Amino acid sequence: MEKFLLKNIENPDSASLEEYQRVGGYKSLNKALQLEPSDIIAQVKAAGLRGRGGAGFPTGMKWDFASRDVKFPKYLICNADEGEPGTFKDRPILEKNPHLLIEGMAISAHALKSDRGYIYLRGEYPYARVVLEKAIEEAYAKGYLGDNIAGKGSGFHLSVHQGAGAYICGEETALIESIEGWRGQPRIKPPFPVNVGAWGMPTVVNNVETLANIPLIVAIGAEKYSAIGNPECPGPKLFSVSCCVETPGVYELPMGITLKEIIYDHAGGVRGGRKLKAVIPGGISAPVLPPDGVDCPMDFVNLPKRGSMLGSGAVMVFDDTVCMVKVCWRAMSFFEHESCGKCTPCREGTGWMRNILKRIEGGFGRDNDIELLQDISLSIIGKTFCPLGDGAAGVVLGFIKNFSDEFRYHITNKKCMVSKDL
Amino acid sequence: MDIFEEIRALSEKYPDRRGALLHALYVAQKDAGWLSQEALNTVSNALNLPQATVKGVATFYSMYKHRPMGRHLIQLCTNVACMIMGAESLVDFLKGKYGVEPGGTTGDGRFSLVIMECIGACDRAPAMLVDTDFHSDLTEDNIVEIIEEYK
Repeated sequence: MEKFLLKNIENPDSASLEEYQRVGGYKSLNKALQLEPSDIIAQVKAAGLRGRGGAGFPTGMKWDFASRDVKFPKYLICNADEGEPGTFKDRPILEKNPHLLIEGMAISAHALKSDRGYIYLRGEYPYARVVLEKAIEEAYAKGYLGDNIAGKGSGFHLSVHQGAGAYICGEETALIESIEGWRGQPRIKPPFPVNVGAWGMPTVVNNVETLANIPLIVAIGAEKYSAIGNPECPGPKLFSVSCCVETPGVYELPMGITLKEIIYDHAGGVRGGRKLKAVIPGGISAPVLPPDGVDCPMDFVNLPKRGSMLGSGAVMVFDDTVCMVKVCWRAMSFFEHESCGKCTPCREGTGWMRNILKRIEGGFGRDNDIELLQDISLSIIGKTFCPLGDGAAGVVLGFIKNFSDEFRYHITNKKCMVSKDL
Repeated sequence: MDIFEEIRALSEKYPDRRGALLHALYVAQKDAGWLSQEALNTVSNALNLPQATVKGVATFYSMYKHRPMGRHLIQLCTNVACMIMGAESLVDFLKGKYGVEPGGTTGDGRFSLVIMECIGACDRAPAMLVDTDFHSDLTEDNIVEIIEEYK
């Protein structure tokens, strides 16, 4: 498939405005500025683009809600708080193709009649900040940002807002709290950010990759766009593949490609020809799949049928040398660390589960620990403001469902099932 | 421009000056590598925000530090991908080689070691940040070479 999101990134100058324009950049913005904002929203709706941050919410619908709100100003925020473990798909756009994001944001701002945008960049990407700030400066100098974009009269101002190491700020209401200068703790929904977002105003929060798809939709039109990949959630998708594969990396492939094709045809297969043991298909919050799950198409429709989710499209591959109890414990200590502390079930539950998993892993597991983990999980799901707690609980339930034998082995034999000699 | 003025200028980017708080805390932390009470007071005065709320925000985010740190800050990722690719043994190795525990500082004050949650470089694991420089594909051999560059 021809690359769009990662087009030209092998070129060492790909981040410069000159180079971006040389390969056709900013043509979509010029085209979009000739269109009525409502026409662009209709196009994005017709294209069927679904949010790439993890939830898969239809982007056109989100924009429609925000544009129907009568309050101004409206804010456009790019969620570049890429913190989901296993996920590094937005990094190449941020570091190597920043003008694609800026062009996508300028088009989106025109569609939403927003004159102020922020890129909420995670604190752990200091280099991306340097690249983005330079690119924004270049775009201002060329008139693609500013009071009068490309001489067409609509204005849009953009700056980078750097986070400071809090996974929870990837959740849109926590992100908004953080932009406003508060602790990043989620708000209750409704009201949704499209009506009451940053500083109480209508706010659209879109993922980097979502915004980077906008210039393509404008360039080729909704019909051609919706023919890419799965018609139910079309478009190109970035998959970040890591752990036990021969060639880990970010791959731009059509939505709906199977997990098997990603792992074996693109990422070089399991390292050293070893046996595949498990795959997490969408970042650490996505429930783990057993090896027979690899025939599943990677999209927002099919993965939920297998009890997992597409999430951020971060494929984590585990071979037979990896202990599932240990992975589950490490994931849980991450959730415990990142729980914002607002909701008791998540704040306390993640810590309890980390403790129990640690003792199972260390050979001190108790007979009813699996049931205890399930009980705690079910006491978190649906009882928190945001999906972090649900994610943590889902991870444990996924591991127990697919690898209960390994958990039981650990508890009964007080040691790991994975031989140290592998 | 002194820190006070620099922070004042940041607030121009936001409809409400409070929006500049995260950035302001970075500015206040830049020179010393941590946020002393004095640094927090400067932020509080520059943005005209209560000291308690400034501290409340500063203690929420893990990249703000609240006690003196070494001259350099090593943030090593040990999340799942880095763990599988050997980050845990690197932590033990650093402990043995430099006598530094996660969360601690070397005796000579040269660097502090912090464990960070996913650095977003799982394809080049294990990875770390030294100050703002990114380093990946770490091994016991190259991690020493890298660290020796930071005096």
